[in-house]
Amino acid sequence: MLVDVLGGFVQELRATGIPVSMVETIDAMEALRHTDLSDRKAFKASLGATLVKNARHYDAFETAFDVFFALQRPAPGEPEPDLEPLSADERANGGGGGGGGDLDSLLAALQQALAEHNMPMLRSLAQRAVRRLAGMEAGRPVGGTYYLYRTLRQLDTEGLLERLIEDAKAQAGGALSALDEHLIREDFEARIAELRGEIEQEIRRRLVSDRGREAVAKTLRKPLIEETDLMHATRADLVALDEVIQPLTRKMATRLARRRRKRDGRLDFKKTMRRSLAMGGVPLEPQFKAAHPSKPEIFLLCDISGSMATFARFTLQFTFAMSGQFSKLRSFAFIDALDEVTSFFEPGVDFSLALDRITTDAEVVWLDGHSDYGRSFEQFWSRYAGFLTPRSVVIVTGDARSNYRDPQAEILAAIAAEARAVYWLNPEPKAYWDTGDSVMSKYQAACTDVREVRNLRQLEEFIETVAVPSIGMRPSLS
Amino acid sequence: MPVDAFSSPSEVLDALKSVDYLADDRISQVVFLAERLGKPVLVEGPAGVGKTELAKSLAAIHDRRLIRLQCYEGLDEAKALYEWNYKKQLLRIQADEGAEWTELESDIFSEDFLLTRPLLEAIRSPEPVVLLIDEVDRVEIETEALLLEVLSEFQVSIPELGTVAASSQPLVLLTSNNTRELSEALKRRCLFLHIGYPDVDREKEIILARVDGLAEHLADQVAKVVRSVRSHDLKKPPSVSETLDWARTLLALGIEEIDGGVVTDTLHVLLKYQSDIERVAAHFSED
Repeated sequence: MLVDVLGGFVQELRATGIPVSMVETIDAMEALRHTDLSDRKAFKASLGATLVKNARHYDAFETAFDVFFALQRPAPGEPEPDLEPLSADERANGGGGGGGGDLDSLLAALQQALAEHNMPMLRSLAQRAVRRLAGMEAGRPVGGTYYLYRTLRQLDTEGLLERLIEDAKAQAGGALSALDEHLIREDFEARIAELRGEIEQEIRRRLVSDRGREAVAKTLRKPLIEETDLMHATRADLVALDEVIQPLTRKMATRLARRRRKRDGRLDFKKTMRRSLAMGGVPLEPQFKAAHPSKPEIFLLCDISGSMATFARFTLQFTFAMSGQFSKLRSFAFIDALDEVTSFFEPGVDFSLALDRITTDAEVVWLDGHSDYGRSFEQFWSRYAGFLTPRSVVIVTGDARSNYRDPQAEILAAIAAEARAVYWLNPEPKAYWDTGDSVMSKYQAACTDVREVRNLRQLEEFIETVAVPSIGMRPSLS
Repeated sequence: MPVDAFSSPSEVLDALKSVDYLADDRISQVVFLAERLGKPVLVEGPAGVGKTELAKSLAAIHDRRLIRLQCYEGLDEAKALYEWNYKKQLLRIQADEGAEWTELESDIFSEDFLLTRPLLEAIRSPEPVVLLIDEVDRVEIETEALLLEVLSEFQVSIPELGTVAASSQPLVLLTSNNTRELSEALKRRCLFLHIGYPDVDREKEIILARVDGLAEHLADQVAKVVRSVRSHDLKKPPSVSETLDWARTLLALGIEEIDGGVVTDTLHVLLKYQSDIERVAAHFSED
């Protein structure tokens, strides 16, 4: 029944981390009543529009969709060879031997399909390629990536690309401008990416018919971008994060600014009189001047040492985004020396350029390039303590691994006494704190709040609580 | 030709095409569902990919009035829903001094003294309209709650008048540039549609449909160059509206064939940041 399949699909989405409510499931069901179920694209669009309400989650939705739907039937017109044992001949090819007339004819056909951009042909060739080359065997506990890699290696996509470009050039008769060549290359690259997608789909389809969709869905599950561990984020993850950071910083900006609510403004005499005219000159409703929103000053201290490399890139990314929101934001980077990096993040500056300049121009290494929190705090205190006011918020990001050097927690306490609040964001799991050279608990007493921030979701939670004044907005000024 | 109701998503696609809006399968399917289920659509995506245009096109094909509520920070009930025209009320009171209060009260709180704002107007309209709530991510959470009431019940309660229920159900589109997370409650009530940059083929068709007199091979080149430009890590990748600007520029300059030089010379039409321009220019002069 469709209801059951949909139920399973929603379960899978939830397991991936996509929040799907009961109402949305019902909506999806309702939408399917108006959907042509034989049209896969329409079916997918209907589910997508009702179940996934965040563009960030769409990739995960697509993966789950591929596994759950439309992959259970063989392509029309082609008998499903499924996972029956391969013939000796095919095994020789599939087993990594490569070569052989069969592979050559497959490659030639592929090249033709790519050159003509013939999608149906490409699809059926991708299926053939997987059957011949991936060497899939029933019950083998190998992930899809392995098969994908194996197939692509034997197809030699790089060589395929070059041959396609050569042919296209030959056809044009050598009268191509540099730009045209460039565009042709990108065109074919896009088509080969399509081929790759088709192969991937075919492999998934075969995995599903071998192991069942729940099992495959489970192996394909990737953490959503907001749950990606920031310590081990890949470059692609960081790029994706960039888009998410913008709304977050905006939120942070409004949260930090909105501390005091209005109503405590002073009487606005002019406004009150004007308003009273509506009531025949009786000032029934006193009007108040809006209170000035408090403008927080933020001091951001980032550990950018080697152990923090990926996280540091993220925090700097975050800093960069924040600097667009706060006029009074000063950022500092440190390893075993501390330097102000605010000027590197001026508006209009390209982020990657700023990053390069920080690593080359900022003086953050004093001795050996291992983090020294104590020394860095000391420098901050001696140079910038005068700038701290009761409106200042200090945010430290780092793992508090000070390489067995003196943590000088009393300096952080002194900083905390001058500022409105000190927050510490630690990208390490809480269980690792205070192990080895981590001195988190020594600093904890001085901080308004110490947070484990390993992923975006936790960062978001931090931002949420910053807004609540009751949670230690004002440390005891003892 | 106005259309009342569509019988299939492909009809939506064709109708949109007739007003020069080139949708894809996903857009047409979601629009079709929205009309069938009577649900608002939340359209998200980068600026300039045709979110607002979609609403305008839908109004055009249905021959309905488009009511637009442009959101901004600080938008409140008085600007979104309704307001009492107190000046007029005051005049009324003064003109009729000595009148019985109860009579007066029922008089000054009547529809004559009501200033309708977009939301109320959309609901009260006798013929169905297309309601566009533009850049909904700009309003505060509190105002979002206000929208929620209207969108889920299609009714507005005015204390002095009672509840105004929709006399016709508007087709509602909300757009968001995603500068802020919208509340879960709002998202739950809507169908979600993300419009991204179109693929090369569709972008080429959009160019051909929107820029009169552009040669087909030029449109093809434009679409491909833009794809290439978007593949860079840019601050602000060119959107469809910038692609169209660029195509029009090329047409105005009388360029017949795009080469590296032309691209570098006209890049400022596509890109808005100097650092982006430099980056892409370096790329195109490389080879």
